[in-house]
Formats: sequence, structure tokens, C-alpha cells
Amino acid sequence: MLIYTVRRLGLALLVAIAVSMVSFMLIRMSGDPAIALAGENASAEEIEYVRQQYGFDRPVIVQYLDWGYRALQGDFGESPYFNQPVTTVIGDRIGVTMTLGLCALTFAVLLSIPMGVLAATRPNTWIDRTALSISVMGQAMPSFWFGLIMIIFFGVYLRWLPISGSDTWAHYVMPTIALGYYATPAFMRLTRSGMLEVLASDHIRTARAKGLRWPKILYKHALRNAIIPVVALAAVQLGFMLGGSIVIESVFAIHGIGYLAWQSIGRSDLPVVQAIVLLLSIIYVFLTFLSDLMNAFLDPRIRVR
Amino acid sequence: MSALLEVKSLNVDLPLPAGLLHAVRDVSFSVAKGETLSLVGESGCGKSMTALAIMNLLPPGAIRRAERLYFESRNLMGAAGTDMIGIRGARMSMIFQEPMTSLDPCYTIGNQLEEALLEHRKVTKKEARDRAVFLLEKVGITGAASRLKQYPHQLSGGLRQRVMIAMGLMCGPSLIIADEPTTALDVTIQAQILALLASLQKEFDMGQILITHDLGVVSRVADRLAVMYCGLVVETGHTTEVFQNPIHPYTRGLMDCIPAPGKTKPGQELGSIPGIVPTPIGDLWGCPFRNRCFLAHDACSAKNIDLVEIATGRSYRCVLGLDHLAAEYGRM
Amino acid sequence: MKTAETVIESTESGLGLEVVFPTPGQIMRRRMTRHKGFLFGGGVLVLVLLMAILAPVIAPHDPYHQELTQRLIPPIWGENGTWQHPLGTDNLGRDYFSRVVYGCRISLLIGFACVVIAAVIGAGLGLAAGYFGGRVDMFVSFIITVRLAMPAVLVAVAVVALIGGSMQIVILTLGCLIWDRFAVVLRATTQQIRSMDYIPAAQAAGCSTFWIVSREILPNLLNNLVVIATLEVGRAILLEAALSFLGMGVQPPTPSWGLMISEGKEFMLFDPYLITIPGAALFILVLGMNLLGDGLRDVTAPEGKA
Repeated sequence: MLIYTVRRLGLALLVAIAVSMVSFMLIRMSGDPAIALAGENASAEEIEYVRQQYGFDRPVIVQYLDWGYRALQGDFGESPYFNQPVTTVIGDRIGVTMTLGLCALTFAVLLSIPMGVLAATRPNTWIDRTALSISVMGQAMPSFWFGLIMIIFFGVYLRWLPISGSDTWAHYVMPTIALGYYATPAFMRLTRSGMLEVLASDHIRTARAKGLRWPKILYKHALRNAIIPVVALAAVQLGFMLGGSIVIESVFAIHGIGYLAWQSIGRSDLPVVQAIVLLLSIIYVFLTFLSDLMNAFLDPRIRVR
Repeated sequence: MSALLEVKSLNVDLPLPAGLLHAVRDVSFSVAKGETLSLVGESGCGKSMTALAIMNLLPPGAIRRAERLYFESRNLMGAAGTDMIGIRGARMSMIFQEPMTSLDPCYTIGNQLEEALLEHRKVTKKEARDRAVFLLEKVGITGAASRLKQYPHQLSGGLRQRVMIAMGLMCGPSLIIADEPTTALDVTIQAQILALLASLQKEFDMGQILITHDLGVVSRVADRLAVMYCGLVVETGHTTEVFQNPIHPYTRGLMDCIPAPGKTKPGQELGSIPGIVPTPIGDLWGCPFRNRCFLAHDACSAKNIDLVEIATGRSYRCVLGLDHLAAEYGRM
Repeated sequence: MKTAETVIESTESGLGLEVVFPTPGQIMRRRMTRHKGFLFGGGVLVLVLLMAILAPVIAPHDPYHQELTQRLIPPIWGENGTWQHPLGTDNLGRDYFSRVVYGCRISLLIGFACVVIAAVIGAGLGLAAGYFGGRVDMFVSFIITVRLAMPAVLVAVAVVALIGGSMQIVILTLGCLIWDRFAVVLRATTQQIRSMDYIPAAQAAGCSTFWIVSREILPNLLNNLVVIATLEVGRAILLEAALSFLGMGVQPPTPSWGLMISEGKEFMLFDPYLITIPGAALFILVLGMNLLGDGLRDVTAPEGKA
């Protein structure tokens, strides 16, 4: 077990390095960062000054290694825009995004699992078909559009919820729904298919033959088995949600790292962008690791030799 | 001995897109305490469906009808039968064919055993655990106490089937239904499991319905048997009687298919029954075996053919009389 | 009993029925005509395709033509609606209906082009990984993980911001980002096929490698490939819309539906049609593609359907 963990961590590290390398190269090679930083109207000397100041005149590999070396020590440089260490800038905003992500995940799970169970226990009825239809439609809607529609309806028309910012819990309601609903179909279908499979299995037949009552069979034996892949998916989906938060945060003007990333890209604040990409990828890798652990924890066949 | 289980004219129909499938037709038999009745027949003949019908574990949509379905003098066809609370798992247990997949992989053996008892009786967890240990030892599992903490995937197929048997006995049922309990196991284990079932039956004075397609198994453990074909019972009787003197052409055909030690000579061809089993969908009449029977004639297609009882517990379903059949078989 | 798949014939009367199975071709044709999702999705695709091809004929106005005196006219169901502009005009006086129709071109073009690029990359990687196994597999799996760990939208936004937005850049960027599903699925499929008994059986029977590949391996792969491709078109269209909405996709005045939503955002409180109409267009097209993809999967291999 220990060797397994160490190997996974080693792999995670490699992935993080690869991601940071790729994004570093992509960004550096997409254009001249010196020009981007100095501004379009800058003179040649100003551009050259910026280039030297930030070391853009060195080979890309050297720039990367330098960045990487400092990153390992926790120094991600300073944001030219905020004039603060990147870590501070991100640290101030990561909480908001994590909150949003976790809320969205919770929302998706709380909505989709009961729907999936319900659909599975009444297959091919109108309940099942409705659930499937909702899930199919959910996946076809652009999340930013859904967010805007909600703003018009709940924010302006009904005046129930605030439409921007992140001060109170009420501010999180619409963004949570907008971010979370997109994952709902995947969870629902996975739950439904998992439940259908388990309910047709032999050990459920045994449970019925034992004379157990139906709710007990459903929750203790069926759901417990069917939920295993869903939990694994949840961890990974959280990673996607955090990465996709850039869209929702800009729609609702929530000052999380997604919004920060968007603004920083617009301002060519490259150290911040760099660090955010690295952070998100590390979180994702950690989440996949977590999902593997949960798989092992929930399924005795993996856990116990 | 009063009948523990009384089945009279049991019918099970399954509505399918192609029509109504008559899985079980007019099946009647009884099981007494301490007796083993075997339901024999090939795959799809309705023997498993019969068992599921008795336990009321039929698939959703299935239609079950019976003239009489009494267990321990209680009518199972009324409201009591519909939910089977207190009966299924408690007074009547069923064990299935596939021990590898019949246990929940996420819970320990102990948990699943105790659950069987705790569901039906107000006992403490300790009492349930003690009973589990007791039964595990009874089914021949050593180190029972530590086994309780193990998970199903840690046990072999034979061990899992023993656990299933123990689980079936947790509440001390009076009838145990075993649906092909040894088919998925090695031959060496088969004999052990069958012997175990027989001894437990004697010890706890239970009735047993053993469902199988293997005549060898039947000859070893069953007191009486009922041969099924295409949803109908075609012959019943005491095991030795039926084996020595099969009446129905189908039964006879089955006997010819297995080599009998002492009787079958080396190099002798084993019998086979030509044709395929029809699927009993739609309106049915006459003998279902007529497209494969070497004695078939016009009378076989007419109306319904009833079970003819020639002695207590000995019956067969054929239009031909005993003498005629004996003469035909004599010629063979 | 899947009796959509089986033809039942009566045997000698009174005995019951004998089950006869139809040919695979018959099965598939029957499934296709009965599957509502497949038909709806296919219909939507055909409709949008026609609108895209016949755009110059269908659209009443030039989608780029600004008429500042005709700004913000609501659609015909609104107060001052007119048949001149059945879906109204935007804040620069451009006819919305024409822009929606021409938007079909943008969405379909970007959607399919991205998927072609992604399919080539992803299928290539997946096939290689599944077929060769060993180190190749390890390497490809690593690359897939790296790609999944990268926040795709963010990276796309960053690249477009730096290079500059245009349709070609968007197609290239998205195409190089969304190949992951192709790689994962084709890798799994290839591995599965490799382990199937019918390959060594065919070899044992003396079939050439070429025959094996073209008759046994490719049909299975193509089936999966087409299903995934159809579903990914929807994903690509939504991604492009998101990028354009953020201002990092195609640039104005291109009539991209996502861009239209972004431009209409300012005025959406008084003229919600500015965002509901292009959003609905996106929704219908992606819904159609998703249903088509699901339908294809069900029609060609319903054993996987839950």
C-alpha cells in the first residue's frame, strides 16, 4: 500500500511538472510577453527594458527552470499588476473558488443521486424518462447562458437573489446552480446505470430471499454498491468545476481565481496566470488520487487482499 | 406426516412483447417435513420459476395463480402471501446457484449472516453473532469466529455456498429450497455440499425442494421427484421407482442419456432426444413433448392432457395407457 | 426478451413458438427508425446544416450590415416587432435572424473542424496505446493525464488572448485540447479488441493481418469513433461559445452565437431576446448533437445501454 502511494505521488509530481512546462511554453511562445506587459504603445526601449527586467531575453528553457526552481521554494514571483506576491494574490481569492466548487459539487450530487435512484427503481416509466430528459437537456445548455437567464429571472425579475459579488451566502446560490447543473447529468446517469445493474444482480436477489424489507435492500445493499464509481467521479468532477469556474465567475463577477485568471490574462499578468494553471493542475491530480483512495476505501475487494 | 408445503395447480405467466409466456402450467406437488422433493428438468422447463413463485420472488409483471398454495397451513396466495413478511427468509429459505455472486461484496460475512436473523427476530447483536458462529461450524467452516470478519471475495466458491446455506438456516426455517446449489461448483465439492444439505435437513427436520437438471444428483439425495417439461409436470414418484421404471417417454429419454454404472455396457451409445424445446408462448394445448416423442400420434395434439395418478404420489401425463407404454418400451 | 430483435414464428400449433433471429442489417434499420432521440438529433443536424448551406438564400439581410436607425428592435412577438426583422435587431441594428442563420455556419464549422483535429490526435494516441501496450501505453496515459489536469478553458483563453482571436486560432486551439475523450475511449476499445478471442481465432484460421484489421478491428473502432465524435461536436460548440462569450474566441463582427450573447449582455435586462435567442439556438443544436450521438450508440450497440 505504501509503495502504491509513493508511486502515485511520484506520478502526480511528474504530471504537475509536465503541465506547468506545457503551459509555460505555450504562453511564452504565443507572443512576446514583453510587448504584452509593456503595452501596445510602448517604445522599443521600454519593451527592451521590460524584457531584461523579467528575463524574457533568456532561452525559454532557462526561464522555465528558473521559474520552476523558485516555485519549488514557494516563490511564484510578483504580480506586476497588483505589485504583490503571487501567492498573496491567489491566496486571497482561492477560498471563494473552493467554496463555489464544493457547493456546486454538493448541489450536483444531492440533486442527481436521488434522481438516479428514482429512475432506476422505476425504469422506463415517465419518471425515468423525465429524469433522462432533464439530464440530456442539462448537458446541452451553455452554462454562461444558463447563468444569465437565472440573473434575469431570479435576480432582476423576481428580485430574490443578488446578481454579482460574493459577500453573502445568497450570492453563491445562482453561481452554484450554474456551475453544478452541468455535472448533474453525468452523475445521474452513472447512478441510474449503476443501480440498474446492481438491482439485477444476484446478491440483491439473495437479500430479497432473506426477507429484508425493500428500503433496506435499496439503501444498504444496492446504493452502497452502485455509489462507488459515482464517488470516484465526484472527485474528478470537482477538478473540472474548479477549472471551469472561469466562465461562471466572470458572469457573476465573483472574485475567485477563475475571475482572477481571466483578468490577469487580459492584463498579461503572466506570473499569476502561470501560478493558477499550476495550482489547478495540482488540485486536479490530488483529486484523482483522492478518488482512487475512496475507491479503495469503499470497495472491500480492492481494500482487503 | 402432514404436508409442509402444498402446491395445487400453480401457474406463472410472463407477459412478453411476443405474447404471454406460460412458464409454469398447472404444477402440483407437496413436500412433507423431513422429505426431499426434487424438481428435475432441462433449462427453461420452469422449475426455477416454480420455486420463485412459491417464494413470491417473481420478476415484476409476472402473473401468479394457484388453486392452492399452502405452507404450514397458511395460504400464501392471499395478502399474507403477497408480502411474505415473516415467512420468506424466516420460515422458508432459498439458496441459489451462483455462490460467487450471491453475496454482497461490500459487507462482511458476519454482517450478512446476522442481518438474516436480526431482520426477523428481536435478538441482540451478540445472540445473532453466536448463532452465526454456530451455523458456520454446522456447515463445516473452521475458524468460524474469525470468518465473520471476512469479505465474500476472500472465500472460495465452495465456502461461499456453505455460507449461503448457513445464511438460509439463521432463522431455523422448516423448508429450504435449493435451486441448482451445486451446478457452479467442482464435482468434488458437489458431493460435500449435497451431503451437508442432507444431514442438515435430517438434523433440523426440514423439508427440502432440490431443483436440478442433473439426474445423478437426484438419484443420490432426493426422496421423491417431479419431472418437468415446458412448464408442465410430466411425471412424479419416489426416486427409486422412477429410476427403475420411468413411465413418461421424456423421463425415459432422460434416463437413456446418462450412463448407469453397472447397466450401461462399454461402447454402448448414449441416448439423445432429437428436436428442440418449444417456447411456451401463446395458446397451448396437447402434449408439449409431441414434436420430439417417438410415440407421438394424433391424440397427442388434442385438448389438455391431465396428470394421471396410478398410485399415491406416482403419476404421469400422457394419453397412452400404462400397458401400451410398457409394450412399446419392451420392444426397445 | 428483446423482441424488437427477434422474429417469432409459430411452430406446430398449440406447441408454442420458435424463436428466429433477423439479420443484423434488419435489426439496425429497425432500431434506427424507432429511436426517437436518434431521429430528432438527426433531424436537427440536417436542419442546421441546411440553414448553414443555404444561409445566403434564407437570411433576409446581410448579417454584418449595421443600420443604426434600426437598433434594438424586438422580435415579432415584442411591442414594435416587424416582419422586416422577425427576430429583431441587435444594438448595432443588425438583423438578428440573419445573424442566427449565419451563426449556424460558424458553429458547425468550428464544431466539426475541432472534432476532426481532436479525432486525429486522440484516435492516433489511443490506437497506439491500445495496440502496442507497454511503454507506449504508459507514455500515452501520462500525456492524457497531463491534458486532463490542465484547465482547458483557461489555457485556451490564455493562448487566444496572446495570439489573437480568429476562427482558425480557435479551431486549432480547441482541436488540440479536446482530444482526451477520443484517446481514452479508443485506447480502451483497442485494448478490448486485442484481448478478444476472435483475433487469434482469425489468425489461426489463416487470415491475413490486413483482413483482420479491416474486417474485425476497424468496424468496432469506427463505431465508437463516430459516437464519440458526434458527442464531442456538441462539446466543441459549447466551448467555442464560452470562449467567444469571454471575448477570447472569434472576434466581432463574426456572427458567433456565443459572441452574440456576450454583445447582448449589456442590454439583456431590457431586451432579453438578445441573449435568449442565440442561447436557444446553441441549446437546440447541442441537444440535437447529443441525442444523435446517444442514439448512434444505442442503435449500433444497445448492449451498453443502461
